[in-house]
Amino acid sequence: MADENTQEIAHAEDQAPEAAVQEAAPDREAMTAEKPALSDEERLQGLESEKLRKMMYDMLLARRFEEKVAEAYALGKIGGFCHLYIGQEAVAVGAIHAQTPDDYVMTAYREHVHALQCGVTPGAVMAELYGRADGCSKGKGGSMHMFDAEKNYLGGHGIVGGQIPLALGVAWKIKYRQEERVIQVYCGEAAVNQGAFHESLNMAALWKVPMILIVENNRFGMGTAWERASSLYDIYQKATAYAMPSAVADGMDVLDMYRVTKEAVDRARAGGGPTLIEARTYRFVGHSMSDPVSGVYRTKEDVEKEKGNDPIRIFADLLARQNILSQEELEQMDEEVKRVSEESADFAEKSPEPAVDELYTEIYATEDVNGRLYFDGRR
Amino acid sequence: MAVITYREALNQALAEEMERDPDVFLMGEEVGVYNGAYKVSKGLLEKFGEMRVVDTPITELGFAGLGVGAAMTGVRPVIEFMTWNFAILAFDQIFNSAAKMRSMSGGQFKMPITFRGPTGAALQLAAQHSQALESQVAHYPGVKVVVPGTPADAKGLLKAAIRDDDPVCVFEGEMLYNLKGEVPEDDDFIIPLGVADLKRQGSDVSIITHGKMIHVALQAAAQLEKNGIDAEVLDLRSLRPLDTDAILATVAKTNRVVLLEEGWAFGGITATIAALIQEEAFDYLDAPVLRVTQADVPMPYAKAMERAAKPSVEMVIQKVNQVLYR
Repeated sequence: MADENTQEIAHAEDQAPEAAVQEAAPDREAMTAEKPALSDEERLQGLESEKLRKMMYDMLLARRFEEKVAEAYALGKIGGFCHLYIGQEAVAVGAIHAQTPDDYVMTAYREHVHALQCGVTPGAVMAELYGRADGCSKGKGGSMHMFDAEKNYLGGHGIVGGQIPLALGVAWKIKYRQEERVIQVYCGEAAVNQGAFHESLNMAALWKVPMILIVENNRFGMGTAWERASSLYDIYQKATAYAMPSAVADGMDVLDMYRVTKEAVDRARAGGGPTLIEARTYRFVGHSMSDPVSGVYRTKEDVEKEKGNDPIRIFADLLARQNILSQEELEQMDEEVKRVSEESADFAEKSPEPAVDELYTEIYATEDVNGRLYFDGRR
Repeated sequence: MAVITYREALNQALAEEMERDPDVFLMGEEVGVYNGAYKVSKGLLEKFGEMRVVDTPITELGFAGLGVGAAMTGVRPVIEFMTWNFAILAFDQIFNSAAKMRSMSGGQFKMPITFRGPTGAALQLAAQHSQALESQVAHYPGVKVVVPGTPADAKGLLKAAIRDDDPVCVFEGEMLYNLKGEVPEDDDFIIPLGVADLKRQGSDVSIITHGKMIHVALQAAAQLEKNGIDAEVLDLRSLRPLDTDAILATVAKTNRVVLLEEGWAFGGITATIAALIQEEAFDYLDAPVLRVTQADVPMPYAKAMERAAKPSVEMVIQKVNQVLYR
């Protein structure tokens, strides 16, 4: 994923955000209003308190972990491109709660929270960000390429849209082996314009494979507003071109994510094929660590307004109202996830650098081959 | 040994490996009902059914990526490209996904996938259908590349590719499918990757090549023999891994080298081998290493122009004479 260099950032905050002014911008509230207003009880879907509290814990951990990542990045502990998930937590947390650990997850490069949600430990994610040997990809992947085969977490992919055909292949394998599993694959809304998206949707629907494609519509592909990049505003409608079921989910509401995804997961597991879910969300941070929160493509006011729709606040209010999690318990939980995030950084700090003499390992299945594999004259 | 065509040899390799391992499946355009654009997969749909011989839409990027994702989670896809020219649309998935999945995951995923299809120019197919792309693919660490030039090599190398746990790209010769040759009938006949083959022994000069060009080299050697020149022809068979021992051995033996490839010169296989020879066998050389490649132009359609653009027996003989200072 290409990224802007950091030099212009200092001034970007103060620039007149002309590009952010969208005269014909669709009314977001009007769109989400398509969904019927639900009572608290309906929103909770009869889920057990324990599961609801776990969802809250996962969202809080995601937030505090990413804040810790931002801090470590600023200190130079983390290098490269680093894309944070702050603001979007409800999407992956709600959706991944709707499937089982035996199912698969694959995503793009804004992926730390997806890894955590699949059960990769915070220490292993942080160590990977630090480029250390105990990272979930042994330090060879970094922020954009985290993997954990045992947790069925399949990455971590850096070419926009490139993960969608891969997930289609996993779904194909599930069908080939007649397994009762599904795969969730995520992409940003900007990936929808790639050929890989369309090619994959066509085959997924043609062959009815168990793939749930969740488009995280955070409304900006880097700095390009969605309405400046697509002739069609409603992403979920793109599925109709492939005769595929689709749905819109409120990506700021973990329970709506859960509901919509669960329906798709159940359908896929029952042999009903793929679903496209458009999760309408918003990132409260820049595209990557080298992009300011606001500036040329959106105003400070835009971001502040959206922060009023914080998915953690929305969910916390509901849980408090329903006496599932008190303010005091929430604060305790917050202390706990802060501690876990701190500990993950300590773990990463103490983890050794990968040995440089492992440079030529894990490229091929075995180095014990006939002939020469590497041509740099160094070995 | 039976005498069969290159096409039949590939068909046997596919059928035997699919028989042997239920995780092996073939996917691509026209591989099923149509029996393959070049009839390589003839009869396989009937034998193995439509889950294992899968006709795809025309969607190279999509089904190449599908194969990579499937391989990542444990099955063994064989992805057929109608030609490697069309695989250019799929290179993102070969280079960015297949080649790197093991490495960037810290070794967590095997990538037992085979990509195969014809490479190089046939007859008057013009610029977009006539490219020899193996040098571009071999550029990427993480993939393996084989280029069989005979029916026996086609069978043995394809079987080895399918059994390999890394992504292997098999470059077949579009003009070779009808070529006949002796092929062992053993179900476990394998030609290991990374082992070159001396197709002709000689003492005066080494012609190092691969794929379809071995036949150009052998014809040149036959003509040179009439002039009293004893040329050795080394068929690399596998480009990555590359049998550098065999290359260095033939250089040490004849001290004169002509490199021949069907593709372009810039960044070509011959460029890599010329560099290797000067780095590691300079003292054995009695003459500069010379190359014969395709003309550095997009392939034209007109018959005479196409003939002039392709590497020829005459060009090889000329370069051999040059390295012999004749």
